[in-house]
Amino acid sequence: MIRKLIYGMGALSSSMLVATAAFAQEVAEAAPAVPNPGNNAWMMTSTVLVLMMILPGLALFYGGLTRSKNMLSTMTQIGAAAALAMLVWIMWGYGMAFGPEGNAFISWGKFFLEGVTSDSTAATFSDEVISEYVFICFQMTFAAITVALVLGSTVERMKFSAVMVFTLIWLTIVYFPIAHMVWATGGLFFDMGALDFAGGTVVHINAGVSALVAALILGKRKGYPTEPMPPHSLTLTMVGTGLLWVGWFGFNAGSELEADGVAGLAMINTFVATASAGLFWMLTERLMGHKGSALGFCSGIVAGLVAVTPAAGNVGVFGAVVLGAIASVVCYFAVSKLKPKMGYDDALDAFGIHGIGGMIGAIGTGFLHDPSLGGPGDGSVAMMDQVLVQVYATGTTILWAAVGTVVAIYIAKLLTGLRADPESEVNGLDISDHGERAYNM
Amino acid sequence: MRLNPWQMRGPVIGTSLALSSLAGISAGKQQGSVMKFIIAIIKPFKLDEVREALGALGVAGMTVSEVKGFGRQKGQTEIYRGAEYSVNMLPKVKIEIAVSDELMPKVVETIQQTASTESIGDGKIFVLDLMSTTRIRTGETDDSAL
Repeated sequence: MIRKLIYGMGALSSSMLVATAAFAQEVAEAAPAVPNPGNNAWMMTSTVLVLMMILPGLALFYGGLTRSKNMLSTMTQIGAAAALAMLVWIMWGYGMAFGPEGNAFISWGKFFLEGVTSDSTAATFSDEVISEYVFICFQMTFAAITVALVLGSTVERMKFSAVMVFTLIWLTIVYFPIAHMVWATGGLFFDMGALDFAGGTVVHINAGVSALVAALILGKRKGYPTEPMPPHSLTLTMVGTGLLWVGWFGFNAGSELEADGVAGLAMINTFVATASAGLFWMLTERLMGHKGSALGFCSGIVAGLVAVTPAAGNVGVFGAVVLGAIASVVCYFAVSKLKPKMGYDDALDAFGIHGIGGMIGAIGTGFLHDPSLGGPGDGSVAMMDQVLVQVYATGTTILWAAVGTVVAIYIAKLLTGLRADPESEVNGLDISDHGERAYNM
Repeated sequence: MRLNPWQMRGPVIGTSLALSSLAGISAGKQQGSVMKFIIAIIKPFKLDEVREALGALGVAGMTVSEVKGFGRQKGQTEIYRGAEYSVNMLPKVKIEIAVSDELMPKVVETIQQTASTESIGDGKIFVLDLMSTTRIRTGETDDSAL
């Protein structure tokens, strides 16, 4: 109903802009849809909210978790990889993901934004449209944050040059195809009816699995796990967590592409699933005999945000609360038990939180979408059928991401050597890669 | 005997003097010194209480520093996402006071009673002979400089 109201207001305002005679003529010719300024404004806002998630949100969240000698390196890698992703996106990324022609895996056309003008529009999920430039920017920030997320597992030892090469290759062979499969009409998962509201598969499972594979190839940090490597500033991590949470409203509610009621559902779910996850992580710590910690709270917040990403507009409010709680508890065990047991050095738990949390979210959405569990689904697809589709999309993403990351990492290794030499690693990448220190005191 | 870090910085002899002082042997017999230098390592949250109690005794000044070290309390464990690190140096407060011979036993007793929580990690009190004291502003020396 809200959408109809906005639509009505849009029609009213456009009618005032056009001369009466011309208006009548346009109606007769079934004029091309004009973006509703309200939706456009919301999408522009959402886009910069997602940018805020990257810089400074993710940069501070990850930066605080590293040792002080790698603070600038961590933040600069995130910023520079995101910047490169933006440029790659307008050159060939948008065309590969949302081009006018294509198959189930990839699209083409509109390379270097050919043919896109201020009048171009992109369809939303209803009969509305938004300006294509706005849509391109919105999707651009998703590509940028996803590649930045991957770096969480490789920080403190992967060279800056290697990060840049990896970013270029990985976006091209992993991110753009998966974004096409999930979000573009004709994409593999899209046509199967996979539910992924804001990118649980494309962004989080994809980034998490890629992070794990990259960390395995790269090897452990020198001294891991015998040498203590406590986070150097949980204060900054907490600040980053807050910025991520706020920015995530652009990510989730923005993914509706309109400022309508479904965006409202995505918004409230992004509040409550996250709140639930933050508290449940701390509860789990208590039940395991430890103190409820600040880092636990932050980790829970992020796990909840990740899990609610595919679910945002696809589940009911209390379904989201349950989803956040489950994701938080499972991610707790993934980072504090599974990781030490398996022995891989996923430095900042990109896999443990984004990979695992993304999988819980993607598969959980299959269950919680069903009206019997309070979801907004119409019940036309049986719950287990939907779950199977979700599992299939998750499995395919894992496979694609893993294989693509192997290729991207080895190309980066060939061109740059991949890993900082032992001396640079001990001195810290701030001084050895960038010639600076984060803190001069 | 375990050497604490703060002991290692000063003369080791301080320890034996401290022990003998606490055992009630008059340290004043040694070298004819008329002043004592007291170093107390206490739990940080006890500082205000100790300061007030010593002020009531007539102690005119003290030097306080934040220090780290370990004794029988060993350390504590920090956990970050399940990764446990044991931190073996704990924060303490070090108080340094110069007092006259006569005041020394009362000061030691007061610190001991005020700073005690009767739990491990309460700290220690060391007493050293003090050769001389000079007030920089006036040039006064020894007892009149305290």
